[in-house]
Amino acid sequence: MATTNGSINGHSDGHSGKTIALHLQVWRQKNSTTKGHFENYDLSGVSTEMSFLDMLDMLNEQLTHEGKEPVAFDHDCREGICGTCSLMINGYAHGPDEHTTTCQTHIRSFSDGETIVIEPWRARAFPPIKDLVVDRTSFDLLIQAGGYVSVSTGGVPDGNAIAVAKESSDKAMDAAACIGCGACVAACPNASAMLFASAKISHLALLPQGQVERKNRVANMVRAMDELGFGNCTNHGECEAVCPKEIKMDNIARMNREYYFAAL
Amino acid sequence: MLDSKVPSGPLAEKWDKHKFESKLVNPANRRKFSVIVVGTGLAGAAASATLAEMGYNVKTFCFQDSPRRAHSIAAQGGINAAKNYRNDGDSIYRLFYDTIKGGDYRAREGNVHRLAQVSVNIIDQCVAQGVPFAREYGGMLDNRSFGGAQVSRTFYARGQTGQQLLLGAYSALERQIHLGTVEMHSRTEMLELVVINGTARGIITRDLVTGAVERHVADAVLLCTGGYGNVFFLSTNAQGSNVTATWRAHRKGAFFANPCYTQIHPTCIPVHGEDQSKLTLMSESLRNDGRVWVPKSKGETRRPEEIPESDRDYFLERKYPSFGNLVPRDVASRNAKAVCDEGRGVSGGMAVYMDFADAIKRVGEHTIRDRYGNLFDMYAKITAENPYETPMKIYPAVHYTMGGLWVDYNLMSNVPGLFVLGEANFSDHGANRLGASALMQGLADGYFVIPYTLGNYFGSTKSEPVTTDHDAFKEAEAAVNERTNKLLSIKGNRTVLSFHKELGKVMWDDCGMARNKEGLNNALKRIPEIREEFWQNVAVTGSGDDFNQTLERAGRVADFLEFGEMFAHDALLREESCGGHFREEHQTEENEAKRDDDNFAHVAAYEFNGYGKTPTRHVEQLVFENVKLTQRSYK
Ligand SMILES: Cc1cc2nc3c(=O)[nH]c(=O)nc-3n(C[C@H](O)[C@H](O)[C@H](O)COP(=O)(O)OP(=O)(O)OC[C@H]3O[C@@H](n4cnc5c(N)ncnc54)[C@H](O)[C@@H]3O)c2cc1C
Ligand code: FES
Repeated sequence: MATTNGSINGHSDGHSGKTIALHLQVWRQKNSTTKGHFENYDLSGVSTEMSFLDMLDMLNEQLTHEGKEPVAFDHDCREGICGTCSLMINGYAHGPDEHTTTCQTHIRSFSDGETIVIEPWRARAFPPIKDLVVDRTSFDLLIQAGGYVSVSTGGVPDGNAIAVAKESSDKAMDAAACIGCGACVAACPNASAMLFASAKISHLALLPQGQVERKNRVANMVRAMDELGFGNCTNHGECEAVCPKEIKMDNIARMNREYYFAAL
Repeated sequence: MLDSKVPSGPLAEKWDKHKFESKLVNPANRRKFSVIVVGTGLAGAAASATLAEMGYNVKTFCFQDSPRRAHSIAAQGGINAAKNYRNDGDSIYRLFYDTIKGGDYRAREGNVHRLAQVSVNIIDQCVAQGVPFAREYGGMLDNRSFGGAQVSRTFYARGQTGQQLLLGAYSALERQIHLGTVEMHSRTEMLELVVINGTARGIITRDLVTGAVERHVADAVLLCTGGYGNVFFLSTNAQGSNVTATWRAHRKGAFFANPCYTQIHPTCIPVHGEDQSKLTLMSESLRNDGRVWVPKSKGETRRPEEIPESDRDYFLERKYPSFGNLVPRDVASRNAKAVCDEGRGVSGGMAVYMDFADAIKRVGEHTIRDRYGNLFDMYAKITAENPYETPMKIYPAVHYTMGGLWVDYNLMSNVPGLFVLGEANFSDHGANRLGASALMQGLADGYFVIPYTLGNYFGSTKSEPVTTDHDAFKEAEAAVNERTNKLLSIKGNRTVLSFHKELGKVMWDDCGMARNKEGLNNALKRIPEIREEFWQNVAVTGSGDDFNQTLERAGRVADFLEFGEMFAHDALLREESCGGHFREEHQTEENEAKRDDDNFAHVAAYEFNGYGKTPTRHVEQLVFENVKLTQRSYK
């Protein structure tokens, strides 16, 4: 064996940090047509260094050993950027930590013996698929309604031919940082997609490249939001509070202005 | 036998000449051709959008719930382009040269030069889409220097460059979906390639929500399915990243090239425990300002802030005075490993410090926050330590795979009609990829190469009309169903995850950062044993006609268990060290990789001979007409 590689890359024997026990109440639902319910599970020896999703992996290992079906949940990058993970944890979208996705949430945020309630996103525009997994295709449809600059490949000017003020570019980037996870919709009492849509509208409205289609974009995306079954915004601010990427409600104000001018 | 089809003529003229000589498909005829694109990362999204804009009929697939979530989204640091906006001596030729050299002279000159050429168009395209690249106060695009480059040619969008580039390509793709030119299938996994009369004509997929197994026919199939780093179980890749699409194609005749070329990235957050599912990268852009060090002596117990300069060893700066902390990834990783092997590693021995104190003193915390704010936040979230105050702890981790399906200059595999783009192919990075060049390659392939080479294929080949009723489709579908049923029927005692971990440990111990004959032989013995046990004793719960993540994972691990063996086989037969492939038997006196250009300046491409059988090793000799092969030196 190439012993010099040592026992590393996660194949260490044991944990660092301390371990705790958790009581989990997890939403189980076979599919979109069956009614769901909560199941209770006890998990012990959970390292506080683990991420929340490592903990769910541990639960699923345990369930598999008991011959039960593991809990379905969405995830991919596990580093807070792909927007795949979701989960209402104790009633909070993406759990207790501010500006943190579920996959970046760690067990150290919970205490020994704590009960954790885990539910899927609930919104009309996000129908359930199974257990904690929902269908967020409506976000793609919303982007299809106009969340782009209509340029085809080729025939574009040199990158530096379009000067962009640093301030605009930075603000556009703040808005463009949205990961499309849907926490804003899940947290909103009206299941509104205003924060998501306004982030895209702001990103493009702040840049010279977005100007040509500016009016149509906002008009079309606002119409699509209604058609897709998202609710209205009544300024609760839950969306901003749960957003893992700190997308601000200023974007909603900007979108409303854009919409107003588009209608003139 | 392996014809690279690199055009003749001077290096700088090859691509233009090739484009001119390529057959065209006239715009009115394009809608008669259909294309399947598997994958929606930079390569797949760019290709889907561009081909649809041109008028082809496109069907696109990804296993995530939305094309925007492809693994490209996670890239942090930036994308290279030979714009020379800094006036610091960059040029297409220099980017070409750096890439060939960085790849340790194991890539094709023609492909790499083309990549450098089209790099400049990529930036223009992304800017036009509204990608919010970092800007200077005058409004011009900002650049930074990035791992291993002595010029500033890396364009970036904070620490989220991959996200912004992918969202650009995704928005172009969504526009086409809206126009009805792309039929998008999310949450759909490709499980077989369909080959008819030696030509790729379709795929078999499984709808991951309903379990429905479906047949799709087309005139060409493009695999843009990313890399196979997860064969190591722990890597910086997303959980779903897999080898299934390329492995299934390999089993249908596509040659797999250089499977052992893996990149171990030097700056990742160290491992904390055995229940960990992934490793998190800290972008190497951090090495521009972070200084890497370990204590000079073993058994150091002081906190890093308390260790005086005189007791610190800035080992990269010491050994490589001209490149310092910016040496290429393979060199940085091996050196970190070496100091840890000496017993000078920190935090339990398997980590080194990356320290920003000097940079913060020099440019201020504000500027550092501006440059790396999100990376620092991410680090703090994972480790509960504040990197503005105390040095980060880092260690190398599996990150990128240079190997992939063999393709010619046209990005076509040896199976006609099967094209491979992005990380899934082997083509441009040789034995080691330079930072910020995977994003460049993915977009180059998708936006600017495939539109020409696919047109040439369609223009010069006659595609027989076939339907999904063809026997080849029936057989491939039956094979998928049989495999699914087999996995579900074993009902064993061990979880899929436990097999994946076991394989990963063998891969890391024996095929990891340093490899030797004994270890590789051990891997070749162990992997088939694990595979045998898998097929006897794996526990896959649930059913096949349902959303079943265990089943998905089981299929991927089963393929890794076949692929891993070929990986070890390739590493064993490559009796040299080059780039990311470090054979302990082949090193210089200073412990640097020692190539054997006389015997190994070639691509090894493997042909499948049946389950568990030794694959046939084919060779494509690399021809260097422009650069002189030298020992890489970063001193
Ligand atoms: C953390 C991280 C940071 C990085 N940072 C940088 C950087 O700063 N600069 C840089 O240049 N490179 C970077 N890289 C490398 C770079 O991101 C990748 O190499 C590149 O994005 C790969 O793009 P791709 O289009 O080839 O594949 P991916 O983006 O991996 O996409 C693969 C696609 O294939 C689909 N797919 C796969 N298998 C199947 C199947 N069987 N059926 C259906 N669909 C399938 C997936 O759904 C996905 O859509 C980084 C990589 C990582 C992991
Ligand atoms: S899994 Fe990607 S953001 Fe959480």
